[in-house]
Amino acid sequence: MKVLVTVMPKAGVLDPQGKAIGHALAGLGFAGVGEVRAGKVIELEVAETDAAAAKQAAEAMARKLLANTVIESFRVEIA
Amino acid sequence: MRAGIVLFPGTNRERDMALALQRVTGHRPEMLWHRDTALPAGTDLVVLPGGFSYGDYLRCGAMAAQSPIMQAIKAFADQGGHVLGVCNGFQMLTEAGLLPGALLRNATLRFLSMDCRMRVERTDTPYTNRFQRGQVFRSTMAHGDGNYFADDATLERLEGEGLVALRYATPAGEATAAANRNGSARNIAGILSPNLRVLGLMPHPENQVDPEIDGTDGLPLFESLAATLATAAA
Repeated sequence: MKVLVTVMPKAGVLDPQGKAIGHALAGLGFAGVGEVRAGKVIELEVAETDAAAAKQAAEAMARKLLANTVIESFRVEIA
Repeated sequence: MRAGIVLFPGTNRERDMALALQRVTGHRPEMLWHRDTALPAGTDLVVLPGGFSYGDYLRCGAMAAQSPIMQAIKAFADQGGHVLGVCNGFQMLTEAGLLPGALLRNATLRFLSMDCRMRVERTDTPYTNRFQRGQVFRSTMAHGDGNYFADDATLERLEGEGLVALRYATPAGEATAAANRNGSARNIAGILSPNLRVLGLMPHPENQVDPEIDGTDGLPLFESLAATLATAAA
């Protein structure tokens, strides 16, 4: 089973990377783009076959390692 | 002082750190391996040096914070051991939960390799007792992720408990925005644990310990440690 963990900078945490991407998009002429936030997606192939259990396990992984919850939030989805 | 410097894959500042410690103690510190599960008996200082451990994968210091030796270092710190983290070492300390907050990408998005100045906020600590209060000393920064962040409650607690050890400042000692090149909250360059025995800072005081190589501005930090730990051992 494939699990997707999306890690994003928390609201209120400065995201200079997102800002730079936003500036670059504006420079390329893409109008109407508001705030840009950049995060990452981590794809996990897990042996678990029960979706709820896989999600729970991935959440534990995110809290322990994949995300730094001081500055990042995360979301787990079964792909 | 019986110091150990921890080596991770990608660590690159361990030799400078060893020379700085040797200069104040007269003997070479021990090099420790990240896979070790215990510290050598009698260790009274653990140093996490700068570098790019694990290629900065995931987040700077995140992988190192999960390495086997970190459990031993946490136990050592819990028992009142002294732990110094410089640059990548500071990032590891926050990732391991030994110090609060996190180091974000520099506000400029640029890797900053340049001189900086730090103001010493208190001198009654194991790391700063050979400085004068308010003293400004020159050091070097070399990092891409040195922008100290913590939520407001944490910042208030750090300030209230006097745990901000070092702040980026002008040569005249003013903590201005211009002196704060990486964008750190409240110009924070280095913070202490509540028992004052764990210090993390982004700049490299080990760069300035030799009069023939860039001066000795950083030497008081190591002299402070040597004095503290010599007393403790006596």
